[in-house]
Amino acid sequence: MVRIISVYGGMLLSAMGKTLLLALLGLFFACIIGMFFGILSVLKNKACNIIAQIFVDAIRGVPMIVLAFFVYFGIPYFFNTTIGGFNVSLTALQAGTICLALNCGAYMSEIIRAGIESVDVGQMEAARSLGLSYGKAMRRVVLPQAIRTMIPSIINQFIITLKDTSILSVIGFPELVNTAKNVQANTFMAFQTWLIVGIMYLIVITALSRTAKLLERRLKRGR
Amino acid sequence: MAANKNNVKIEVKNLKKDFEDLEVLKDISTTVYEGEVVVLIGPSGSGKSTFLRCLNRLEEATAGTIIIDGYDITDKKIDINKVREKIGMVFQHFNLFNNLNVIKNMTLAPLELKKASPEEANENAMRMLRRVGLEDKAESYPSQLSGGQKQRVAIARSLCMHPDIMLFDEPTSALDPEMVGEVLQVMKDLAAEGMTMVIVTHEMGFAREVADRVLFMDGGYIVEEGPPQELLLHPKEPRTIDFLNKVL
Repeated sequence: MVRIISVYGGMLLSAMGKTLLLALLGLFFACIIGMFFGILSVLKNKACNIIAQIFVDAIRGVPMIVLAFFVYFGIPYFFNTTIGGFNVSLTALQAGTICLALNCGAYMSEIIRAGIESVDVGQMEAARSLGLSYGKAMRRVVLPQAIRTMIPSIINQFIITLKDTSILSVIGFPELVNTAKNVQANTFMAFQTWLIVGIMYLIVITALSRTAKLLERRLKRGR
Repeated sequence: MAANKNNVKIEVKNLKKDFEDLEVLKDISTTVYEGEVVVLIGPSGSGKSTFLRCLNRLEEATAGTIIIDGYDITDKKIDINKVREKIGMVFQHFNLFNNLNVIKNMTLAPLELKKASPEEANENAMRMLRRVGLEDKAESYPSQLSGGQKQRVAIARSLCMHPDIMLFDEPTSALDPEMVGEVLQVMKDLAAEGMTMVIVTHEMGFAREVADRVLFMDGGYIVEEGPPQELLLHPKEPRTIDFLNKVL
């Protein structure tokens, strides 16, 4: 145990850094995707609603490991060989970010839709009756209230996404799980290696959820 | 103040409104003049609220025309937001913006629509708050107000846009009985100042005292209309008589 920490500690820590980098990149784009499709799904426009629904259904209906293989191997193959003539290649970080952004984005879009729908329609009607446009009413009245109810679910989704980075070890990104596999192969100390990795995840995620609780309480007080 | 018969504020012609296959408004025609106070009464489900909500296009008319101050709001090409600026609406459940305090509730629309500078908007809002007797609540949040106070703020919020017409959708129905009076008083003051008002209410005493004209609606039609003394005390239509017997 001590030997693993002293010899491989730095390596595991830097892998944790890569895990966090991947999670942050994924979450950043997931927020944009989620906001986009979330708004599409509440607009009073059937075509927009259907597009958002198809996106959410498609992503939710496919395991992330399949999505990862598809993005990392499938898409470059499609452009370079099936169509031919392209020279597309994705790094594991790029592919991983795309997977996380799509996957988390689909769930975020559902959280955002539910959050907006949880705000009483009277709020929108009152704003519109004063002459505000739909967009202004959404931005100034509905979304600020919706975000407050969404925060616990969004944080929960952040935690899930952080854990889901481990799935991306399958496309060779040197995040924590992938690195730990190498440590285990070198040392044959499976128990110690995975115990350390488990504790590392536990610390980061607990810290994240505690901060989230604090933030949530502050938002409630500052209403 | 008496209605000015030379100036038509609202003209409704053969208005029809369906919700899917439910016909709520079948054929409504009426004219509201400047300074007139019109009260809509009728059993629940008779289409009173739907009619009122058609007047600022919160509900889209299925057929017919609605002309507000010369603008045909059933015309899809019209900028409805511009017309709505001139029509205040007060809701049964107040609908104050829960994320904003009282003063910000009142200045949001004037500021967003560039009707006033921040100082003007604030001053104006404070004047309106004084008018409804709530100047000490400017910094409160809606959750800290009683129902009656919320509704008075909601009325003051509408007034901040300097509307020509005010629509009231059962403004006292969600209030505790002891708070009804304070809201009705604000509405009486408005009527006395000559505001054009269309009010859906179950307050028959208020209707008798303040209305210039009462419309009795049932089954998607205006069954009977007339001055309050006449309609409330000497109704002619059997359905009006039946309804008034139940509520008076």
